[in-house]
Amino acid sequence: MNFSEVFKQSNQLCKVSPDGKYLATCVQYRLVVRDVSTLQILQLYTCLDQISHMDWSSDSLFILCAMYKRGLVQVWSMEQPDWHCKIDEGSIGLVSSRWSPDGRHILNTTEFHLRVTVWSLCTKAVSYIKYPKVCQKGADFSRDGCYMALAERRDCKDYVSVFVCDDWHLLRHFETETQDLSGLEWSPNGCVLAVWDSCLEYKVLLYSLDGRLLSAYSAYDWSLGVKSVTWSPSSQFLAIGSYDEKVVYKEVEKRTAVGSDDLSLHNITIGTTLFNTQSKYEICPPPVQIPVVKPDPDRANPKIGVSTLAFSSDSRYLATKNDNMASVVWVWDMQKMSLVAVLQQTSAVRCFQWDPRRPRLALCTGNTKLYLWSPAGCVSVQVPAEGGLQVQSLSWHCSGDSLILLGKEQLCLCYMDQEDK
Amino acid sequence: MGEWWTTGPIGTSVGNYEISNISHVTMSPSRQNNLASMYSSLPLSYNVLGAFCTEDNIPQCVSYINQELDALGLSTCIEASTPRAAGLNSVPALNAMYELMQIHRRHMSSLEELEREQLKKSSTLDHVQMNNSRLKDQLELSMREKSGLHETERQLQLKIKTLQSCLKTEKDEVQKLQSIIASRASQYSHDAKRKEREAAKLKERLSQLLVDRKDKKLAIDVLNCLGRSDGKRSHWRTAKATVGHEGEMYKSLLNDYEASQRTLVLENAELKKVLQQMKKEMIHILSPRKPSPRGATADDSQEQANSDGEEKAGDCSRETLDQSCEHAREQLANSIRQQWRKLRNHMEKLDSQASLVQTQLECNQELILRETHEDEMERMRREVQQCKEFIHAQQQLLQQQLNTSFDDETAALLNDCYTLEEKERLKEEWRLFEEQKINFERERKNFTEAAIRLGREKKAFEEDRASWLKNQFLNMTPFTDRRRCSSSDGQSALSIKSEPEMRMSSTKTPLVKSSTYTPFSTPKPSLSATVPSTTELYRSLRLMPDSSSSRHSNRGRWQESSSIEDGDVGVKSKNRVRSGDLSIFSLGEDENSLA
Repeated sequence: MNFSEVFKQSNQLCKVSPDGKYLATCVQYRLVVRDVSTLQILQLYTCLDQISHMDWSSDSLFILCAMYKRGLVQVWSMEQPDWHCKIDEGSIGLVSSRWSPDGRHILNTTEFHLRVTVWSLCTKAVSYIKYPKVCQKGADFSRDGCYMALAERRDCKDYVSVFVCDDWHLLRHFETETQDLSGLEWSPNGCVLAVWDSCLEYKVLLYSLDGRLLSAYSAYDWSLGVKSVTWSPSSQFLAIGSYDEKVVYKEVEKRTAVGSDDLSLHNITIGTTLFNTQSKYEICPPPVQIPVVKPDPDRANPKIGVSTLAFSSDSRYLATKNDNMASVVWVWDMQKMSLVAVLQQTSAVRCFQWDPRRPRLALCTGNTKLYLWSPAGCVSVQVPAEGGLQVQSLSWHCSGDSLILLGKEQLCLCYMDQEDK
Repeated sequence: MGEWWTTGPIGTSVGNYEISNISHVTMSPSRQNNLASMYSSLPLSYNVLGAFCTEDNIPQCVSYINQELDALGLSTCIEASTPRAAGLNSVPALNAMYELMQIHRRHMSSLEELEREQLKKSSTLDHVQMNNSRLKDQLELSMREKSGLHETERQLQLKIKTLQSCLKTEKDEVQKLQSIIASRASQYSHDAKRKEREAAKLKERLSQLLVDRKDKKLAIDVLNCLGRSDGKRSHWRTAKATVGHEGEMYKSLLNDYEASQRTLVLENAELKKVLQQMKKEMIHILSPRKPSPRGATADDSQEQANSDGEEKAGDCSRETLDQSCEHAREQLANSIRQQWRKLRNHMEKLDSQASLVQTQLECNQELILRETHEDEMERMRREVQQCKEFIHAQQQLLQQQLNTSFDDETAALLNDCYTLEEKERLKEEWRLFEEQKINFERERKNFTEAAIRLGREKKAFEEDRASWLKNQFLNMTPFTDRRRCSSSDGQSALSIKSEPEMRMSSTKTPLVKSSTYTPFSTPKPSLSATVPSTTELYRSLRLMPDSSSSRHSNRGRWQESSSIEDGDVGVKSKNRVRSGDLSIFSLGEDENSLA
């Protein structure tokens, strides 16, 4: 395992290009593009203001930099460094900016979510989409990039609009049976749209591509509901994390709702297998006591429930994090529907992500260590950085060969050995 | 005379000693009520016991009475009127009597009182006892009531407990609901606040915009337009395009559905295969049970036969039918269920039987299997027993035979007696055999001698023949007549020589006959084998020349000679054959030498 030297970054804006060749980081108002393997600076762009958001286009040719305060978006080209593009939203403001899947359109969400403006870089045309919904995840592109689902709210009712990304033609517009739509997500095969309600009502609805309701699922009434939803990579299962600290692993059947399995996170006594390598992981025999933090019952959005779910790339493992046991990551085996490992860290887990290629989980807790888990074992690695790099978040390179570790103002790359786990 | 109410011991009963005077006092009828009963006894006792005072003992009586009066506390003394007189001073006597009567009256009244008291007390006692019993009853009743009440109290306690627990659960639920409500309320309030803040911002912005009329136009500033990512030209948005989009959408949906259906079909086929296999195996497992004698499985086997038949028919048809059709699927599922049920029942039966076998080892079982098993065991045991007995009996007999005779001779005799007959026969046959052997030896000797003689004669004959032939050859000249005579001489010599031979052979017949006896059998008629004729015999013996002329002449001779004996053709010729046979072998060498 090799670590690169530490570089500066701001705003946790550091992304690898989709083709895996370049690494773009933002330092204040500058955009720095490096080569991933050599970390040589290839391009340097200067924006008009501090960059709030930065993203690669899907063909790795363009980078957009959004400056929310100024309402500006600047697009830079990798092929032609001289090429420039500036989108000014004007007085209407800018709240979020994103690429369309074809890499030639930019969707800007205006302030107060008044509308979504679709800018075309090919034709300079503008399209508007009214009444986008303000919610956790109001828009999602299907994985093949053909369709976009957007949540809308009109007359106190929730709607979903399906657009064809080619020409932004409205394909379908249907009402959803939610009280207050909180998020939507396409299944990986692009045929099913999962829509879930806000936490006040536990409801997960599945709609097919053409707008028909396929099934509805509700685990219980009255208590706080869904906190997080994620699809398994095979599109066969939906994992729903709820405020009652359970994960519902539901098989998505097109016709009828087939049974679901609950993964209860309280049952700690089932084999915790923590393997010991040269790091400081201890293996504790079951039963293990995990400290539980009771949230303040008077506050909204209590820190309780399953907030993060992540499937491994082979759909075999599911990693979950329960907010009232924030220092613990639970790894479940989906084939056996059993708990594989419980990783208890010394402090709250900030971020964890699966390797895109292998069943390997990387997680960080805000200290100077990087933790890796795989079915064969787990390691904790000290990040060698002068001055210490507090790892706040991490992301994998698309090839799974390296990790990008982001600190507050710094970033570091970690190159995995081919044999190493 | 005062009346002295003494409370002292008045207890002297009106017992044995009675004052004679009292007996004479007549009772007024008014006092008869209570006292009559008291006094009625007096005259009787007086009469029975006799008088207290008589003429003789007056002073003693007086002194005694005085003593008694003193004892009673009366002061009056009775004196005799004159000493030694029978009379008394009447005044003190009367006083004494009066006082005594007073005392008596007092006593009577006290007695009455006491009796009254006693009655009262007894009645109160009765009353109290009644009360007691009533109270006891009451107590019992109340005890029962109390226990009943205890019971009801206990039940009520239980009820209270359950209600309390219900209450607790309800409270918990209420608490939970309250907490839920609280969290929802806080969430609502939070959201409401957020919305309010947003609205406020909006208002502010709106006001700002309204005030600040300088509207910054939104614009895009691009150096040059980019090409499309896929390199194609962009199309006009037309209705065809929209329809195309719809079509594409449906196509993608259909593709997905088809893919999933394909996987499902594959899965289905595999599962069906597995089910089929399972079914076959289940049938296979269940089918060997058919020949078992258990009646419980009779219906199973019948069902099985049916299912087997159906299975066979089904198999043939199913291969041709589309296996995904509803009916076939249902059929398969039903048959699997059926088989599984059978298997399960079978296993349950086996389990129960196994447990029964384990628990009911001693007593008689009603299970059919055990019975037949037992029957067979019994039968086999009986057989074994019989065989054993048989063997034992035989052994015994054998032992008897061996053991009952202490004498070796008698034993030998006894042993012999079984084989006596056979032994006799054997002896006879041995004798015969010996005889025959001797005869045979004799014959052999004769034969050898005859053979030797025959050989010699044959040699002579050959020489004669040679000479005759020589003569013949030499006499092929006109000198044949002389030779013929000599040859006829030779012939006659031959015939003469042969005659004794024939005689000899005829004499051999009885001997030969005996040689045909087989050693241990009764004399049988001689063999009826095909026998060569005498001419052949002689030819073989080289006694007869092969040339026709000589044969004719010889035959004529021989035939004549043989015709003599051809009367008994069968036997004799055979016998001759015998002897000829014998001689053939012995003459073998001779012939060689001659030829």
